[in-house]
Amino acid sequence: MAEPIVRATALHKHFGALHVLKGVDLQVAERELVFIIGPSGSGKSTLLRCLNRLETPESGSVVVDGIDLLDRRTDLNHARQRIGMVFQSFNLYPHMTALGNVTLALRKMAGKSRAAADAAGMAALERVGLADRAGHRPGQLSGGQQQRVAIARAIALEPRVMLFDEPTSALDPELVGSVLAVMRALRESGMTMVVVSHEMGFARAAADRVVFMDDGMIVEQGRPAEIFETPSQARTQAFISQIQRH
Amino acid sequence: MIETFFNIGILAQAWPIILAGLGNTLLLSLLVVPLGLGGGMLLALLSTLRNPWIRWPLIAWVDFFRAFPPLVLLIFLYAGLPFAGLELGGFTCVGIAFFLNTGAYYGEVLRAGIESVAQGQVEAARSTGLSRGQALVWVVLPQAVRAVMPDLLSNTLEVVKLTSLASVVALPELLFQARQAQSLTYNPTPIVAAAVVYFLLLWPVVRLLSRLENRAIAGRG
Repeated sequence: MAEPIVRATALHKHFGALHVLKGVDLQVAERELVFIIGPSGSGKSTLLRCLNRLETPESGSVVVDGIDLLDRRTDLNHARQRIGMVFQSFNLYPHMTALGNVTLALRKMAGKSRAAADAAGMAALERVGLADRAGHRPGQLSGGQQQRVAIARAIALEPRVMLFDEPTSALDPELVGSVLAVMRALRESGMTMVVVSHEMGFARAAADRVVFMDDGMIVEQGRPAEIFETPSQARTQAFISQIQRH
Repeated sequence: MIETFFNIGILAQAWPIILAGLGNTLLLSLLVVPLGLGGGMLLALLSTLRNPWIRWPLIAWVDFFRAFPPLVLLIFLYAGLPFAGLELGGFTCVGIAFFLNTGAYYGEVLRAGIESVAQGQVEAARSTGLSRGQALVWVVLPQAVRAVMPDLLSNTLEVVKLTSLASVVALPELLFQARQAQSLTYNPTPIVAAAVVYFLLLWPVVRLLSRLENRAIAGRG
């Protein structure tokens, strides 16, 4: 395996007395799509949020695209432009149009002119199939459209890695498909992706690797078929059969 | 009655004096509203810092100046400080008193606005590489100000009314001028005229406020 683009090593994280990450290692190769599954409270979202340092682990190391995120000398704002993130609740800026949401960081952080930012922003909206909604505010868009704008906001910065934190959990079932379609297209374009989600169908079809976490640790990982059909650990088995019942 | 309170002859005589007062009230408002807003914004931004060495003195400061009657504050600055050898002009005293008093009120309103913005907004902004300051300026503050616009407006209404306090330090604003005219003409008509002028000045703001509040209620439903 070539040098992984994401290398998290021996991560430990507490929230108060709660030990949420207990020495987690995760490596992601370039162009790989890694799915992280696990019961709520297993630490999967915290692990994801350590990968762009929205959470700071107490010990361990996180290196993304060669940048050590825990090094005090690292320009975190610069590093984060290479790491796109999509949130469960979209977190679009409600006071801006879709295009405004997508171009804010391009203009303020990447230093593009308004014209250049608008062009890049429109291209990103085009990729998620929402160029015709560029002038709409988030409140005028459906949940699925909002999440696709959020994806456009992240990809407009041309990140090396995309992190998805339960991107479809807040959506009505009929809107999930449109977001997964965009994620699939992104995957096909060669984007490296780390996805926390329970969309098993998508994981089976698109993931290279599924990681099962429980109680702050990675219990087991492997190809989707292995994890879903022949998991080796009892905890994985219990979890898989539980969510497949739904 | 009409001779006493609505005397047209006296009104004509007093009108230029009252008009000059209105001009000064407007000027004073243009000074103290931005001053209070600026002070309030400073307090609100400081309150976003979690540092206890800033937090607790800040809370004490805001509590103190919200509890302290602005008239007492103004008289203390104007008539009290000279005993310590510090003689500030009436105008400066009004500026300082309003900065301290209305700044504390604006600060509380703006702080509530900032706290009403979901944490996810900041996280989204930071995840795209925006700095803490950029996230504040471009993402949090626009939403915060919008959220508390009715309260800001309502507070501003109070501030404009409070500028009448400046009359006690002989600043020739609307109320002071009306009182002057009253003693010159020995008739209360100028006071009535001043009241009408205040009303005409502020009533549109009150209407606007009602509309904003109704819209906020409708938006919530």
